[in-house]
Amino acid sequence: MPPNRLEWRVATVREARDETPRARTLVLDVPDWPGHRAGQHVDVRLVAEDGYEAQRSYSIASAPEDPHVALTIERLENAEVSPYLCDVLQPGDGLEIRGPIGGWFVWEASLGGPLFLIAGGSGIVPLMSMLRHHWRVTPAAPRDDRRVRLLYSVRTLEDVIFREELERMAERPDVGVTFTLTREAPAGWAGLRRRIDRAMLEEVGWPPSATPRVYVCGPTPLVESVASLLVEGGHDPARIRTERFGPTG
Amino acid sequence: MQSEALRLDGNAAAGQLREIFARDVTGAVATCAGCGASHAIGALVAYGQTMGVILRCPECEKTMLRLVRTPGWLRLDATGMSLLAIAAGAGS
Repeated sequence: MPPNRLEWRVATVREARDETPRARTLVLDVPDWPGHRAGQHVDVRLVAEDGYEAQRSYSIASAPEDPHVALTIERLENAEVSPYLCDVLQPGDGLEIRGPIGGWFVWEASLGGPLFLIAGGSGIVPLMSMLRHHWRVTPAAPRDDRRVRLLYSVRTLEDVIFREELERMAERPDVGVTFTLTREAPAGWAGLRRRIDRAMLEEVGWPPSATPRVYVCGPTPLVESVASLLVEGGHDPARIRTERFGPTG
Repeated sequence: MQSEALRLDGNAAAGQLREIFARDVTGAVATCAGCGASHAIGALVAYGQTMGVILRCPECEKTMLRLVRTPGWLRLDATGMSLLAIAAGAGS
């Protein structure tokens, strides 16, 4: 077996763009990047001059088919790493990363569907990689079956990351995108505006008989609540994969 | 801070586990030495990230694996795990 060690590499920031007031995408050039699978993450390491080290994990937002690796990072207040990545780092700067990491929370088109993706806040990031992967490799289905469905819970419409791209994807008959706003909705908002509950999962998602593959990502309380609601609703726990996003940034 | 918010998935420990294992083990199936339940490493409950990581059984909460960093050492305590089954040929 060839050596398969996980090495730190110095990536170069190629492009940085704000997605929302609190989230920023860093597009990276990574030397000798081995490629990734949708849903995987990387570890990022910052080392201060005095040797103090801080390490965090960030999900990859780009599709495996994209030419560059993109990380989308939520800026957490009073945090050590995310303010640096969101406010300080500029195109041309270097960033130490290792990856791709994690073979559990992954989806690839060959696994099939139907697919039910449920995101809370910045939990959309690894699911976006799956959506982009689907978009790249699957021709639009002629039937309006919305085989790939996303339910995305955010505080306000302004906090929706990748909104334009998601709305564009939803124009395809095989992709369904539903936002639910938990704090504030703009005037005239006709969509959902409450926390995810069992009725919402039943309305937006698939019945257990359709045996969907389910991926849930977001803050720990949301992930645990959604996973229990799905299991209570009759979904097979073995088909539900979760990724809890911790509070350290 | 509430401990609930600090709870993560075994998948979050994948990078640290790769410092010890030659391949990704998040899909490997671990059997709890306490209650006998089997789950993928990625589906265990994880706590901590900086000084190391603790993986607990999602059924009985027994500590199945403890990975601790001390200066110059990585220490792995897997006494809470009676078996780890890794699919041959599993990649990264």
